[in-house]
Amino acid sequence: MAETTVWLIILGGLLGTYLTRLSFILLIPADRVPVVLHRGLKYIPPAVLSAILLPELVIRDGALDLTLSNYRLVAGIIAALVAWRLKNTWLTIATGMVTLWLLMAR
Amino acid sequence: MKRKKDGVPSARRELLTGIRDQLPLLLGVIPFGLIFGALAISVGLSPLAAQGFSLFVFAGSAQFIAVSLIGESASALVVILTIILVNLRHALYSASLAPSLAHLPRPWKLALGWLLTDEAFAMASRRYRGGKLGNAHWYTLGTGLTLWAAWQLSTAAGIALGAGLPPSLSLDFALPLTFMALVAPTLVDRPTLAAALSAGVLALALINLPFKLGLVAASIAGVGLGLWVESRIRPPSEHTIG
Repeated sequence: MAETTVWLIILGGLLGTYLTRLSFILLIPADRVPVVLHRGLKYIPPAVLSAILLPELVIRDGALDLTLSNYRLVAGIIAALVAWRLKNTWLTIATGMVTLWLLMAR
Repeated sequence: MKRKKDGVPSARRELLTGIRDQLPLLLGVIPFGLIFGALAISVGLSPLAAQGFSLFVFAGSAQFIAVSLIGESASALVVILTIILVNLRHALYSASLAPSLAHLPRPWKLALGWLLTDEAFAMASRRYRGGKLGNAHWYTLGTGLTLWAAWQLSTAAGIALGAGLPPSLSLDFALPLTFMALVAPTLVDRPTLAAALSAGVLALALINLPFKLGLVAASIAGVGLGLWVESRIRPPSEHTIG
């Protein structure tokens, strides 16, 4: 792809992403935010993060894989236990990565 | 966050706390940036353009998809539309933070909006749940700037390493692990749990929708279910915001 086209994409991506991020912070007045959205705000982080996270763990090569041979799922479950019990970001990531590496090295 | 019973933490203190709270997340962000830099080079982008994506688009998963599409010779319009669709969730983040940022002058809104990413948003919303606004915008600035700097540096390192980065390290797994660490502390009651579980399962069911639209639909449905469970266990007059 030509260099100019790539920079055109970067410019479009910049505008689209930045305007989306500014949407409710700056562009749309607070009183125009629907009431139901207002009440649901605190559910946005858990909902969005889980929706990104779960498929990463259980979809392998485009198909659902809930078996123990899905190392990412196994490592993910162990990391989830750490996250749940210890609520420590650093330990959660480290445990998950190390578990995955150990499983792959077997 | 620790703070005196009366009085608000200083701007400097909030900024430093924001930076400090964001640091553990970098364990997940840096590997992701490394892979992005290496991937961008492997599909034929110039080092400058690869860094340009991180500098100007500054959105991890959208950058990955955009660069993959460029590798598949998709048209510029398709790539731009895909970036926007993948980043639609930021409108939800924007709505979520808007009430807490409403009192700030415009330059602050422009800056914090620029720095609004998954990880920075998760940390900021945790801070805003903690009560008094005070200098909390400095906290948000600290989290955002830390993430931004780490993303730029790790992208640059990935560009430099290029193909020297072995795929067998599975560094991309660091990202879901980061999200897991972010989600765990938010699961404090039944409505939140319902929102998280339903959004996750629906995202699986809708995985084949194009442009990650399933992610947006599942998230909205999850929020809806959270609200529904909340209304079942609490009388409707006691709704709290944020």
